Amino acid sequence: MALTVDELAARVARDIPAGAYVNLGIGQPTKVADHLDPKAGVVLHTENGMLGMGPAALGDQVDPDLTNAGKVPVTELPGASYFHHADSFAMMRGGHLDVCVLGAFQVSVTGDLANWHTGEPDDIPAVGGAMDLAIGARQVFVMMTLFTKNGTPKLVPHCTYPLTGIGCVTRVYTDLAVFDLGPSGATVRQTHGITVGELQARLGTPLTM
Amino acid sequence: MSRTWVLDTVDEAVAGIEDDSTVLVGGFGLAGMPFDLIDALIRQGAKELTVVSNNAGNGQVGLAALLKAGRVRKIICSFPRQVDSYVFDELYRAGRIELEVVPQGTLAERLRAAGAGIGAFFCPTGVGTPLAEGKETRVIDGRGHVLEFPIRGDVALIGAHRADTAGNLVYRKTARNFGPVMATAATTTIAQVSEVVPAGSLDPEAIVTPGIYVDRVIRVDARQYTVQGAR
Repeated sequence: MALTVDELAARVARDIPAGAYVNLGIGQPTKVADHLDPKAGVVLHTENGMLGMGPAALGDQVDPDLTNAGKVPVTELPGASYFHHADSFAMMRGGHLDVCVLGAFQVSVTGDLANWHTGEPDDIPAVGGAMDLAIGARQVFVMMTLFTKNGTPKLVPHCTYPLTGIGCVTRVYTDLAVFDLGPSGATVRQTHGITVGELQARLGTPLTM
Repeated sequence: MSRTWVLDTVDEAVAGIEDDSTVLVGGFGLAGMPFDLIDALIRQGAKELTVVSNNAGNGQVGLAALLKAGRVRKIICSFPRQVDSYVFDELYRAGRIELEVVPQGTLAERLRAAGAGIGAFFCPTGVGTPLAEGKETRVIDGRGHVLEFPIRGDVALIGAHRADTAGNLVYRKTARNFGPVMATAATTTIAQVSEVVPAGSLDPEAIVTPGIYVDRVIRVDARQYTVQGAR
């Protein structure tokens, strides 16, 4: 069976090492936090200047001065710290974050990422921290559906959308399969309710096991 | 300027900002947004501004209000498009505002470089993407880098939590964001704070922005605003 978004988030969470410093991108990747084992001591980084971010704030906990990268009110955990933006992005570029999990429009089999701009003439470009995260985190995981709603593959030989980063994605988690990416292409780690042969046929790109 | 002025009114705080200035505006979304300074800048009337900020305004307040007043010729930011950025979206689609999109970390580092006297720097962010087009690149230790230049402001408008009368600042939670780097990067840095305390009352070990970077301070009442996504 193909994975639901929550099952996929849980699948990603299982691969995040205990004690890792992790940044979760806006949107679906945020759900990974709900599936991390609190005992594993994973520390969440938010680009707007915080380590030790806790769950979304509810009711009286809401503080306009404490939000995540999506501007949603959050909470702080014991051991949290605050820092300014130049420090926050130095943590990314400097290779101090172990993992980031991002969404994507397209990922190429060699790990190129397109997730910030559709390139449509009426689309207003907005990059935020996507490019910094893509090239900065030691491991870049992408979490996405494998196909668009129209059935077009999002894991592709070459991205056609404007790029976020080159050769930066190390692993892609999708509803139908998990892939490792590298200079020699995509390797299937795991499938969910589909055979490798069917995957290859629907993707139209060579895969290795 | 060696001395920080603690002013009585927010209008005094923004006096003298000229047309065509580059104005650094702190805040990430609404957190750390210097609302009162921006409202005063609208009253003050400076126009043809270049604004540097992470976003391009939310809702109708703060930076969005400055845009709506037609005072901004160009905005340099990382993330203009948001669910509530309709003021910017309309101006942009009408061709009435110029946009330079900069990766968020590069934006912060270009501001930092300006404040730190760095002429330019090579940065790995954006290599091979549309945002590096036309820029000088260099391979360093086997990795591509893009040459990026500082962004200096004529004025920085920032929101902080508390100031002392020497201009030292502390911030609150994620409202710190761009404040500390912008404070270093402008000729005149103006901070709005919730409280001004006598010099000596802040723990010197805990000061985030030393007063040397701060030219004017104004105390304002805390503003109530709702945050997107609040439940």
